[in-house]
Amino acid sequence: MRVELVRRPHPSALYGALSPFLALLITATLGAIMFAILGKAPHLALYAYFIEPLTEVWSLHELLVKAAPLILIAIGLSVCFLSNNWNIGAEGQFIIGAIFGSVLPVMFPEFRGPFVLPIMLLMGILGGMTYAAIPALLKAKLNTNEILSSLMLVYVAQLFLDWLVRGPWRNPQGFNFPESRNFHADAVLPEVISASGRAHYGFVFAIIAAVVMWYILNRTLKGFEIRVMGQSPRAGRFAGFSRAGTILTTFLIAGGLAGLAGISEVSGAIGQLRPVISPGYGFTAIIVAFLGRLNPLGIVAAGLVLALSYLGGEAAQISLGVSNKVANVFQGILLFSVLACDTLIHYRVRIAGRPSAEGQGV
Amino acid sequence: MRNTTKFVLAAVAAFGLAGQASAAEVKACFVYVGPIGDFGWSYQHDQGRLAVEEEFGDKVETAYLESVPEGADAERAIERFARSGCDIIFTTSFGYMDPTNKIAAKFPDVKFEHATGYKRETPNVSVYSSKFYQGRYIQGQIAAKVSETGVAGYIASFPIPEVVRGINSFILGAQSIDPDFKLKVVWVNTWFDPGKEADAAKALIDQGVDIITQHTDSTAPMQVAAERGIKAFGQASDMANFGPETQLTSIIDDWAPYYVERVKAVLDGTWESQDVWHGMAEGNVVMAPYANMPDDVKEMAQETEAKITSGEFEPFTGPIKKQDGSEWLAEGEKADIGTMLGMNFYVEGVDDQLPQ
Repeated sequence: MRVELVRRPHPSALYGALSPFLALLITATLGAIMFAILGKAPHLALYAYFIEPLTEVWSLHELLVKAAPLILIAIGLSVCFLSNNWNIGAEGQFIIGAIFGSVLPVMFPEFRGPFVLPIMLLMGILGGMTYAAIPALLKAKLNTNEILSSLMLVYVAQLFLDWLVRGPWRNPQGFNFPESRNFHADAVLPEVISASGRAHYGFVFAIIAAVVMWYILNRTLKGFEIRVMGQSPRAGRFAGFSRAGTILTTFLIAGGLAGLAGISEVSGAIGQLRPVISPGYGFTAIIVAFLGRLNPLGIVAAGLVLALSYLGGEAAQISLGVSNKVANVFQGILLFSVLACDTLIHYRVRIAGRPSAEGQGV
Repeated sequence: MRNTTKFVLAAVAAFGLAGQASAAEVKACFVYVGPIGDFGWSYQHDQGRLAVEEEFGDKVETAYLESVPEGADAERAIERFARSGCDIIFTTSFGYMDPTNKIAAKFPDVKFEHATGYKRETPNVSVYSSKFYQGRYIQGQIAAKVSETGVAGYIASFPIPEVVRGINSFILGAQSIDPDFKLKVVWVNTWFDPGKEADAAKALIDQGVDIITQHTDSTAPMQVAAERGIKAFGQASDMANFGPETQLTSIIDDWAPYYVERVKAVLDGTWESQDVWHGMAEGNVVMAPYANMPDDVKEMAQETEAKITSGEFEPFTGPIKKQDGSEWLAEGEKADIGTMLGMNFYVEGVDDQLPQ
């Protein structure tokens, strides 16, 4: 006996639309069972996860702070993934973006004025692009595996940042602790509605990026080219699209957005460079990109849901006293349900005695 | 559909419950950088939290968040505590310093206690730290007595002053016994990573050290030392269970007295901002039982411990030379607090270049 997945000829449009909600319901049910086994009241746990973080204005702000880098990075990654370029190094591009963007406030703190912030943001984008260009060029020119090269460059970026904040960029007033000087007021990305919380313009950038990228992917020739090169490079070459050009373009878009996320996070949320500035946003964004089905608008929703699960995990730790491991497991259940629902809508499970002759097994 | 209805009902019920006031007079909250199961740094802070619960019973309610990354997440975690009715919040990692001060400015009625930092920007922030280096001196003395190769290995986390102080104190202690004693240092750049720490321990042993000491929080180096049959010192908690034949002693961070004292101050309404640096005298630094060593070494260790506890002796007392051979402290001179807090140089005898 073997179990196989058979592609459904006509996936249900209704279930396709309902899929995320169905997944949420399954997560809630499985989560409730898990919390009941742990001896916690399931309704309180689910409340802490999904509703408590949304009941207060400051918490909504925090949701946007957490979601902004995830969405920005994931949008860039989706472009890469659509074109069949596996950029796993967004974390590094995020860090290098943050470093490039911080040159002005850290090395030239006496340079002030309204130009500081725009220059920082542009340098952040440039930093991310430059760093993403390395695996892109290696792949385009030498056929290097971009998964490995982009991933390994993450560690280089992390160590480079670590060296900077312990060495040349160390805060002269900081008792030798490993951190840069604090950014001056002109170098801080402002909060959108500072009266009610600390959500900064990073989220606005994320929304703009999503809309622009949605337009490019769906309404322009470049977007078509990216999709074609991803699905059928051979057909793309017949159409006259350049393989190297697509690799470079998609990596630069991803790197630029990751760099923008990096400098926004450092300038808006942290306010200085530290040895570690990201709890793995560049990697989590890969999940966000796929949760959003590589669609920029879907990614906005996916980023918010994943950010909610982080905040909810903290709320559950405080109000129920569960360990953060439980919070992680719950997050895992959520991701699993989403992917399972999607899969089962497009495929049906078939238990076969011997290999099936019809349909496309996967 | 029935599930949805149930879910909504549950949410409504939860609203009601969440609104209920708690019977406790004071809520004390703790933010940890690692998991409470690390058997090191965060574990010891959590032991302090449990001591608070035990001491005050129903009068005090506690809560904690573990594995909170330093950076943007810390600010949210601390703010969440401040908003959820905590009266006093202990933030137990250096990287929480700026977020703690930022949130403290927003919540003047909540007390904040930040471990190992130096910033107190508002009157509702205290900082506290511990003179772990006092225990390192005793470890150094024991190492010099017990070691056969004359070389010890030191698994260090990050080159911040607290860690550098420990390394210097260790070598000063060792050289007070054996002036030629050598110390090899490996920087692992993490507080908690059992794999990396174990690799560092193996590398050091392969280079000929027969004593391992660590300034990282997992029990992995102790376990490696046990497998390879050499001796080691535990860190932050008593790790004897992970190397009954291996652990010579361990520097135990005992936060319980401080946490009980500060929570009591909040209960009594006497809490004030302060900057404390407690050590053996206050019971903040405790040595695990001296074991796996000859009796005369044990006596020597106990004698030094008594001298440090009584204040008769301080490890950083001259004459001490810096690594480059220049004089740092003259005969009898004691290190000033500014140099201690910002220590970024080795003393003579350390076989390593301090990462700059």
